[in-house]
Amino acid sequence: MRVLSPSDADAAVAAMRDNPGALALAGGTDLMVSWNVGALNGRTVVDLSRIAAWRRIEMGPASVRIGALATHAEIQRHPALRRHFPLLVEACATVGAAQIQNRGTLGGNVANASPAGDSFPPLAVYEAKVLCVSGSGRRVLPLDEVFAGVKKTHLAAGELIEAIDLPLPARPPDRRFFRKVGSRLAQTISKAMGAGLLWLGPDGRVEDIRVAFGSVAPTVRRLRRAEALLRGQPLTPELAAEAVALLPEDVSPIDDIRSTRAYRLRVCGNVLRDFLLEDAR
Amino acid sequence: MSAIKFKVNGKPASFSGAPFRRLLDVLREDLGLTGTKEGCGEGECGACTVLLDGEPVNACLIPVCQAEGRAVETVESLGTSKKLSALQACFLDKGGAQCGICTPGMLMTATAYLREAPKADDAAVRQALAGNLCRCTGYQHIVDSVLAALPRPKPAKKRSSRARK
Repeated sequence: MRVLSPSDADAAVAAMRDNPGALALAGGTDLMVSWNVGALNGRTVVDLSRIAAWRRIEMGPASVRIGALATHAEIQRHPALRRHFPLLVEACATVGAAQIQNRGTLGGNVANASPAGDSFPPLAVYEAKVLCVSGSGRRVLPLDEVFAGVKKTHLAAGELIEAIDLPLPARPPDRRFFRKVGSRLAQTISKAMGAGLLWLGPDGRVEDIRVAFGSVAPTVRRLRRAEALLRGQPLTPELAAEAVALLPEDVSPIDDIRSTRAYRLRVCGNVLRDFLLEDAR
Repeated sequence: MSAIKFKVNGKPASFSGAPFRRLLDVLREDLGLTGTKEGCGEGECGACTVLLDGEPVNACLIPVCQAEGRAVETVESLGTSKKLSALQACFLDKGGAQCGICTPGMLMTATAYLREAPKADDAAVRQALAGNLCRCTGYQHIVDSVLAALPRPKPAKKRSSRARK
């Protein structure tokens, strides 16, 4: 194991370029688990934790830029994120518990690309952009285009995430939800989790809606078909039932050690229906 | 390779071995501080909780190179077997320690919680300790121990305090 500890972004990019196959280390909450069981012996590690510029959370005119090394705890404490992106704050509070939230970073969470990444449904409905940097320069990827599959991303070899950008919505949503379903409250990997934003028009119809679920497909999924069905419509129990029936078009849960396909579909359907019919309950 | 320098319980420490050695192993084996326990070794149980710059972290998930320049606090900083800290005395009084493996981690997480000047709130203590698992299933006594260690609220007025006597 060789460890390189660059202190700025340029040095980190150079270290990744010059050491093909090097592993990027942020908070270590996932990487160290693999290291502890001997799965990473002999690898070169580029420790990003000294890059202070990548730790900052900054409010801009049209977005909040979260440095890739901002921890789940720092995200929960940040006033602009608490005010404008409460679903991300809620999600970060459900990741592991304090010890993990104090170390695990948002950039590491995205780069790790677990199907059960708790921050992903909020990032999906906030339409996050992922700012990447490599020896070939910088590029911006919409969150949808980052995830390639279970623990796989479309990041190029040696490419690093430097920040996640969350655009401010034109106006605050009228309704929102985040829900994580696991075996216990803390220290649990999700069976399913979802996030949603809903804007209502003056006539009470759906002006816009964004809903995403995680742990129910290889990557986080926006409910594109249900969203298209709901836009422009009044929220009735019949319409909510139709939206729930469309779920299997957008998500593809499996039976695994944590849960079953049938349970996950039922939970997502119940959570979606509750969100759509909140006023009627 | 240059030595990795950091502070442990207020005193300077340095380590010259492999930079990816776990902080847990450096504390226990290189520095002889065996109060910190290993439970799961994968960040699930919190037995190895220490404070890094005041925040609870799992020492099994931290390569020692990431402790460079930082302050580490372990259970040895709290008290000695002759003179327990107030929190440790409360764990003893209230039965907060059973088999003892989770106790050092519980004490360190609780120490960070108590420094935030919290209110006497059962739910808040449970949330703060959510990353520390006790397999003797003695959570109620652990929560009671932490609540007992909260500073007593001072009486608002002298008169009302006299009235209570």
